[in-house]
Amino acid sequence: MEHITLLLAIVVVTALVFDFTNGFHDTANAMATTISTGALKPKTAVAMSAVLNLVGAFLSVEVAKTISGGIINENGLRTEVIFAALVGAILWNLLTWLVGLPSSSSHALFGGLIGAAVMSAGWSSINGGTVVTKVLLPAIAAPLVAGVAALLATKLTYRLNRKITDEAQLKSTAKGYRAGQIASAGLVSLAHGTNDAQKTMGIITLALVTGGVLAPGSNPPVWVIASAGIAIALGTYLGGWRIIRTMGSGLTDLRPPQGFAAQTSAATVILASSHLGFSLSTTQSCSGAVMGAGLGRKGGVVRWSTATRMFVAWGLTLPAAGLVGAGAEFLTKQGPWGVAVVAVLLVAGSGAIWLLSRRKPVDHTNVNATGDEPAGVVTTASRPSARRPPV
Amino acid sequence: MNIDWAALASVFGVSLVITVALVGLFTLGITGLAKQTATAQGGGGGVLARTGAYACFALCAAAVAYGIFLIVV
Repeated sequence: MEHITLLLAIVVVTALVFDFTNGFHDTANAMATTISTGALKPKTAVAMSAVLNLVGAFLSVEVAKTISGGIINENGLRTEVIFAALVGAILWNLLTWLVGLPSSSSHALFGGLIGAAVMSAGWSSINGGTVVTKVLLPAIAAPLVAGVAALLATKLTYRLNRKITDEAQLKSTAKGYRAGQIASAGLVSLAHGTNDAQKTMGIITLALVTGGVLAPGSNPPVWVIASAGIAIALGTYLGGWRIIRTMGSGLTDLRPPQGFAAQTSAATVILASSHLGFSLSTTQSCSGAVMGAGLGRKGGVVRWSTATRMFVAWGLTLPAAGLVGAGAEFLTKQGPWGVAVVAVLLVAGSGAIWLLSRRKPVDHTNVNATGDEPAGVVTTASRPSARRPPV
Repeated sequence: MNIDWAALASVFGVSLVITVALVGLFTLGITGLAKQTATAQGGGGGVLARTGAYACFALCAAAVAYGIFLIVV
């Protein structure tokens, strides 16, 4: 009995760690463009996003009842499997953060779950069709939908404001665009808190159910809701500056009208998709919107080398997190010592990635400087304040 | 395997229309205000432009409110 409670405690802590990595991995979705166009100062942006994530976590009572969305069979799931899945997802999130690539935290979680479930119960525990409809197809659709919407919106806004040439008027419209962008980014943050914090709540609740602490079908206890909300808010406030840099200024150069169009497209796609029954990844929608907005401005350029690396990361998310999840599950199957080994490996792996990241730190002071990125075609203004308003 | 193409298509259509409409409205609003400021400086009235701009912003605000409503409910 004592062994079960210790295992449960480990799973709960690991789930909160995943929630935390989810927060700082996804700050970029809401705030990257806001920071790169200078609508908000970096620290202000992450603080605002963190608060909205926290609020979002408490907003909705409709908790993700099936966290895996039908991809794996949740009945008879062992607590260790959840632990192994979380380990895979956390390590993949940290690795993509290290290389500064935006990738879907949900897909990492799905990957970890799939890998761990296959190792635990064989391929029959996976619903292959659901993997295609819930992960693969949305991964292609999200950037296309958001990208096309942002592209057209950017073209439209440049067409409508083409008569604005006066310096004072340009300043006034740029200010307006930034204000609009803040509103869109706020919506994305709020939606993120509601969706992703609830995923963690669902996982912890599921773990408590599989561990026999809660009755099946229970709602998450208040401490679960509160701790999940706080973990994601803290992660968001810490800011995944590496990913923010890639999304805000690495993929393309965004000016205020483009930033506004991109963020509005992302917010619309996220809300529309989750309410029309075809869920699309927040990260992939935002990345697509940024690229669409980049292409929408005359003379705008998408750095396809960075975009390609990002696409590769998306393709690898599921198998990579799955492999780690499977490996972790293989160890936890061996008994309590296996769980201990996995926990030690997780801490060691996270520590190693963190140490690697310190060699070339990216934080709020240099988030907009695209120093090591081969710019290729366009010249990059290093600070948003130095950028000229749109012409 | 059952792909819900209809849902995907509606997400595509709705996202496209709403994004373009909102960005268009908002742009009309801020360009209207910018022009209005210019004409006011020149001595003209521009009440119509200002009213139009505020109407655009009100519609955008309504869309944001609806977005929050969708998140909460």
